[in-house]
Amino acid sequence: MRKTLLLCAFVLAGMSASAWAQEEEPVAPYEQSDANAGAQPITDPDVLAAFHGREGIVRITNRTIDLALADPQLGPIFQPFDMVRLRRTLNEHFCYLLGGGCTYTGRDMRAAHAGMGAQTRDFNLLVRHLRTAMEEEGVPFRMQNRFLAVLAPMRSDVVPR
Amino acid sequence: MKRSFRFMKNVLWAAPVTVLALAISAEADARPLVWGGKLPLTRGVTSIEGGTGAGLATWAFIAGNETEDGVGASAFYTGIPLSDYDFTAYGAAIGLYDRIELSYAHQEFDTGSTGGLLGIGNGFTFEQNIFGAKLRVLGDALYGQDSWLPQVAIGVQYKQAEHGALISALGGEDDSGVDVYVSATKILLGQSLVVNVTVRATEANQFGLLGFGGDREGGHTAQVEVSGAYMLTDRLLVGAEYRTRPDNLGFAAEDDGFDVFAGYAVTDNLTLVAGYVDLGSIATFDDQNGAYLSVQIGF
Repeated sequence: MRKTLLLCAFVLAGMSASAWAQEEEPVAPYEQSDANAGAQPITDPDVLAAFHGREGIVRITNRTIDLALADPQLGPIFQPFDMVRLRRTLNEHFCYLLGGGCTYTGRDMRAAHAGMGAQTRDFNLLVRHLRTAMEEEGVPFRMQNRFLAVLAPMRSDVVPR
Repeated sequence: MKRSFRFMKNVLWAAPVTVLALAISAEADARPLVWGGKLPLTRGVTSIEGGTGAGLATWAFIAGNETEDGVGASAFYTGIPLSDYDFTAYGAAIGLYDRIELSYAHQEFDTGSTGGLLGIGNGFTFEQNIFGAKLRVLGDALYGQDSWLPQVAIGVQYKQAEHGALISALGGEDDSGVDVYVSATKILLGQSLVVNVTVRATEANQFGLLGFGGDREGGHTAQVEVSGAYMLTDRLLVGAEYRTRPDNLGFAAEDDGFDVFAGYAVTDNLTLVAGYVDLGSIATFDDQNGAYLSVQIGF
């Protein structure tokens, strides 16, 4: 009986731990707004179609983050951050900007990158991984550039001056 | 008294050291210096005059793979076998903080058997050295996608040609000269295009190989270099250029030049350019054109 209880306790503990792993760490409160996305969304439906809609954007976001985490230079910059939250907010960010109709609930670019110590080299490395992810998704080069043109000016908020 | 003198001496020593340290840290800021970091092709290729550009035109890009947090460099070799001459150029450039570019190029213009026909001897080779300095003054060609403002750089090229006596006999006023230019380059990322316009004040004859100024016209004139390129991938682009040139010498007309090219970033450190260039009439021999190759390494 006692053994069974102990086993149950372990199982419950294990379940709550795995549930915990899917939850986001709390963040300081901030005002949520699509304006935090830092740019107006692309309205051309051809661009969204080239990214294979919301499903394609999810794949591209996750692949970009996986590549960044595996990158010897970018990995250590990303690792201290809450990956569950990053995957959600980056996906919302990309989806919003690509005209996928998502709401962006993350912080603005300057606040989200504060204290990261990212340099232009790191910004460019992430662009390379995003290119790889878009390439693997089969997004044509010209459509990749339409998206990167929206992201490029964000360097000044991502990289502290 | 003695103590205050020692204090003064220390201050006098410390002042310039402090100023120097501040000057260095002002550029480096709090960010660590890093190697490389530019995206493929965004260090440009090297123009025949040694500065970052395409083939004939100088662009506002800064040499090397560095970002604002580092230093970089590049070296190039360009071979242009024209109809009646062989034109080669090679050199190197360094880039400081993606802000300042210092470059050197050596140009050789081998007249081959045409030299005999010109009466200067078979294989006579015109040569010159070009020392360049370029400063990025405003804008960002790549990151400024929310603005129409191009990346603008100003530059100067000091050119020293050899064979001063022959240049003089051909009607050239001088065997050395200075070009001053303003370049505006923009990557129109949404359109996958790169465009450049450069305005150059120059008195160079055939880039300076045939001296500066002449018996027909002297003094600096404003000349224009226009380039356009289309990106096929992030490592391959195709483009075309047009460059106006002075026409200073009485004995031979000088024409505008144009080229078409394809540039391919084989790796982040090696870029190859293949193209076709037409420089018009050179030293009385018309229709000087041909396919050319350029190799550039950079880090």
